[in-house]
Amino acid sequence: MRELIKMVVVLTVLSAFSGGLLASLRDGTKDRIEYQQLKFVKGPAILDIFKGATNNPIVDRFKIKDGDVERSFFIGKFEGKPDEVAFESYGKGFGGDIGLMVGVNPSTDKIVGVGVTTMSETPGVGSRAKTDPDFVAQFAGKPMIETFKVKADGGQVDALSGATVTSRGVSAGLTDAGSIYKRLKPKITEKLKEFSKKAVKTKQGEQNG
Amino acid sequence: MAKSITQEFVKGLWDEIPPFRLVLGLCPTLAVTKTIQDGIGMGVATTFVLVCSNILVSALRNVIPSKVRIAAFIIIIATFVTVVELLMQAFTYPLFLSLGIFIPLIVVNCIVLGRAEAFASKNGVALSLADGLGIGVGFTLALGALGAVREVFGSGTFWGASVFGPSFQPFSFMIEAPGAFVCLGLMLCIMNLMGKK
Repeated sequence: MRELIKMVVVLTVLSAFSGGLLASLRDGTKDRIEYQQLKFVKGPAILDIFKGATNNPIVDRFKIKDGDVERSFFIGKFEGKPDEVAFESYGKGFGGDIGLMVGVNPSTDKIVGVGVTTMSETPGVGSRAKTDPDFVAQFAGKPMIETFKVKADGGQVDALSGATVTSRGVSAGLTDAGSIYKRLKPKITEKLKEFSKKAVKTKQGEQNG
Repeated sequence: MAKSITQEFVKGLWDEIPPFRLVLGLCPTLAVTKTIQDGIGMGVATTFVLVCSNILVSALRNVIPSKVRIAAFIIIIATFVTVVELLMQAFTYPLFLSLGIFIPLIVVNCIVLGRAEAFASKNGVALSLADGLGIGVGFTLALGALGAVREVFGSGTFWGASVFGPSFQPFSFMIEAPGAFVCLGLMLCIMNLMGKK
């Protein structure tokens, strides 16, 4: 009987101690982790798309409800005006979903830049979608609402050699991004207007703070 | 019988180097050694868990009833693994991304539980610390070596820097799972040959 009680007590104390330690550690690192996730997963692609932007697009963001999912939109300000947005879409690649950050200019409906955020493609083969800047550069300037297909499938996209599945995934992700954009465009322009109003209002405050 | 702290530390580096001599912990050994950074990162994370759990298990070895020792060890190990996971997310996020699921899987790494059961639960704190550190450093070295070979041949880079120049066609077999087995087997073979002399 005494042994039984000892077992229960030891395990309870150990678990309670462990739980307390982990909970406090989690609280302590929560904000840092969220920032790191944005910075490393989406940050590089976003900053690449908005090269020369005057704001920090990771901080200036808004969310729009699209059916069941909530999509994040990142704003790129040029000469003080919030006039480009970037958002994420996914396409099926060789090793799972490929996350794409697509930047678009709502006044011209043209793609300003594309970057790969998350992927698990074969290193050195499909992973070049992320590491080879020439591949994603071909999409800049193309109309947003267009069906993208690799050349082998009768489309216009130059595939990465040896990585057709990845290139198809990227194309499908872009096509999907186009349909998301088409669906949400009224809301996006509305939010951007709100944002530019707010920017003017808070400018004074920011300078003082 | 009584061994010195140095002996306990040194044995982990060669005589009992985990993936090669004990052939333990093969799951992370094969899975995360695509690059040398990943291998060493995994090794350091495992070392941290190994040292902390060894110390705690050894300090509590007279308190924990032997019937529930495995459950108690797992609680201790799982706690430290979660600590590592949170710290990696907060401070070395890119490394966390490339190691992925294999960080939480340190909980079931048989090296960690094996050292807790076979060593720390029978020896003092100082010896257990030396044992954990030795095995951990040995594991890190092994993963680093395996990662270096696979990265050089599989991606043509070393620590991210190009080795053979742009014209090199990567030997991508090496970074796939079969390449890991072949590479591990060859290294085991070399170690055995060296041990014979």
